[in-house]
Amino acid sequence: MLRYVIKRVLTVIPVLLGVSLLVFGFIRMIPGDVATVMLGERATPENVARVREQLGLNKPVYEQYLIFIGNALRGDLGRSVLRQEPVTQELLRRFPATIELALSAILIALLVGIPAGIVSAIRRGSVFDAASMLLALTGVSMPVFWLGLMLIFLFSVVLHLLPTGGRLGASMEFTATTNFLLLDSLLQGNFHVFFQALRHLILPAVALGSIPMAIIARMTRSAMLEVLSADYIRTAHAKGLKERAVVINHALRNAWLPVITVVGLQVGRLLSGAILTETVFSWPGIGRWLVDAIYARDFPIVQGATLFIAIIFVGVNLLVDLLYAFVDPRIKFE
Amino acid sequence: MRTVSPANNSDEIARVLARPPRSLWRDAWRRLIANRLARLGMAISIFFLLLAIFVPVIFPYNAKIDSDLMNQLLDPSLEHWMGTDEQGRDVMNRIAHGAQASLGVGVSAVLIAVIIGTLIGLVSGFAGKWIDLGLMFLMDILLAFPGLLLAIAVVALIGPGLRNALLAVATVSIPVYARIARSTVLSIKEQEYVTAARCVGSPSTRILFRHVFPNSLSPIIVQGTLGIAAAILEIAALGFLGLGQQPPYPEWGAMLADSVKYLTSGAWWVLLFPGLAIMLTVLGFNLLGDGVRDALDPRLRVD
Repeated sequence: MLRYVIKRVLTVIPVLLGVSLLVFGFIRMIPGDVATVMLGERATPENVARVREQLGLNKPVYEQYLIFIGNALRGDLGRSVLRQEPVTQELLRRFPATIELALSAILIALLVGIPAGIVSAIRRGSVFDAASMLLALTGVSMPVFWLGLMLIFLFSVVLHLLPTGGRLGASMEFTATTNFLLLDSLLQGNFHVFFQALRHLILPAVALGSIPMAIIARMTRSAMLEVLSADYIRTAHAKGLKERAVVINHALRNAWLPVITVVGLQVGRLLSGAILTETVFSWPGIGRWLVDAIYARDFPIVQGATLFIAIIFVGVNLLVDLLYAFVDPRIKFE
Repeated sequence: MRTVSPANNSDEIARVLARPPRSLWRDAWRRLIANRLARLGMAISIFFLLLAIFVPVIFPYNAKIDSDLMNQLLDPSLEHWMGTDEQGRDVMNRIAHGAQASLGVGVSAVLIAVIIGTLIGLVSGFAGKWIDLGLMFLMDILLAFPGLLLAIAVVALIGPGLRNALLAVATVSIPVYARIARSTVLSIKEQEYVTAARCVGSPSTRILFRHVFPNSLSPIIVQGTLGIAAAILEIAALGFLGLGQQPPYPEWGAMLADSVKYLTSGAWWVLLFPGLAIMLTVLGFNLLGDGVRDALDPRLRVD
């Protein structure tokens, strides 16, 4: 087991090196002079020279990469060209917002998707089964940004129930420590802020969670269906166990594996979806920051944020793989 | 396993021989059209494909002069079934003309990705050794990015626009097909008919394209159909972010981006209909893809 873990962790290193090379290459592959592209045609020669200097574009390429990777390893991803803020610092400041959104989304997806899948499998062919699977099918086919806009239209514009975007109303005075607003407000005992933060979180979390929810529901259903026809389930029924015990202790326990895999596979979708959801809901996370930086042609931010998200993605996939091996003793550690 | 007693063995053989020959593809087609949801998916997909192909031919559209500022944001009516947008343009007309951008580009992106990805996978699986290692390493790097992020990065690099969005979406999906083609090749390589071909002295390229490639097609077709659905969503997402189709040309994602400004004014039709078009098209290809999967490999069928 330990050998498998070490081996699996080691495979990540060349991939991350490749990722860093690709991300580094991005800026260098831009046609034309990067500094001019960033600052626009009307930039003064001094400014162009300053940006070239800041990005180290005057040095040989291999030296530029060594500097880039050396700095990145020390957690320095350069500075924004426009606002001169350090990219790493800004990333870390915005990261909790993205995590809060993504975690809430996956939580909603699990809380609704798994029970819906289980009930669909047990009552296969029922109206509930048909309805929830139809819903799941339309759920996976919906663009997440459209769902977000529709939710805003319905719950904010028409019904005036929830805010249209942001994490807290502009008038709220609140100093966050960890920048996980729900956590901070609870720790400080500020329930008014907690409630407001929750109200802002609901719509984006539902929008972002909808597709994973649909996929998890379908996967849980099919995994449960497969398990429910197994011999040991019939045995469990035959020895007089209650339906509940059969489903939870025997069926669900063995249906977990595909469900965990599918949850793991949602990480990429969540990160991609977060870019769109944050844009729709003006959510001050990494995704929206990245999109804004692309509009502004602020390439150090694009480079830093892309690298950061890719590292998170690779890291979570690694964790899921390890978890998978840990949960299923049948997997051979070769 | 079923055992056949010698007594009726010849009967059995005679019966099998008497049956009209059925190819794998004809069998799969029969299973596909027997599946109700797959038929629905096929109908939806074909409807939008026809829209994308024929609308620009039959009803030429000049996006540059199509604005009627006297008729901004009109409610849906008999004259404008889906209302008009902020420039007085008929929403239904723009959805019909947007099909070419959204769907056409999605399909093209998948075609490009399938061709390049399959080639990479075939070569990788067939050549083995360091060629395999190197190519798969490249694919792993591309897979280390969440799909949309990589597409956004590519567009940020080569500039916004529909053609670049197509390239970006194609790039993102190449590793998926490469991976599938490679793993199929690896399993087919060990089959006896490949060994036989090698024994009679067929050159490698002939074995690759005559024996390995046709037999590795079905997982790629399945993934390709489902991939069209994903590609349409990605093209729409890029359009929504302003990185795909540029104004004034219509594209469903970009139309949704335009509708954001009128969200609070209650103009629901500019929001609802382009999104519905995306959802229906994607649903169509998803249903079709699920059906194709069940038809080509009945063992994979869930229920």
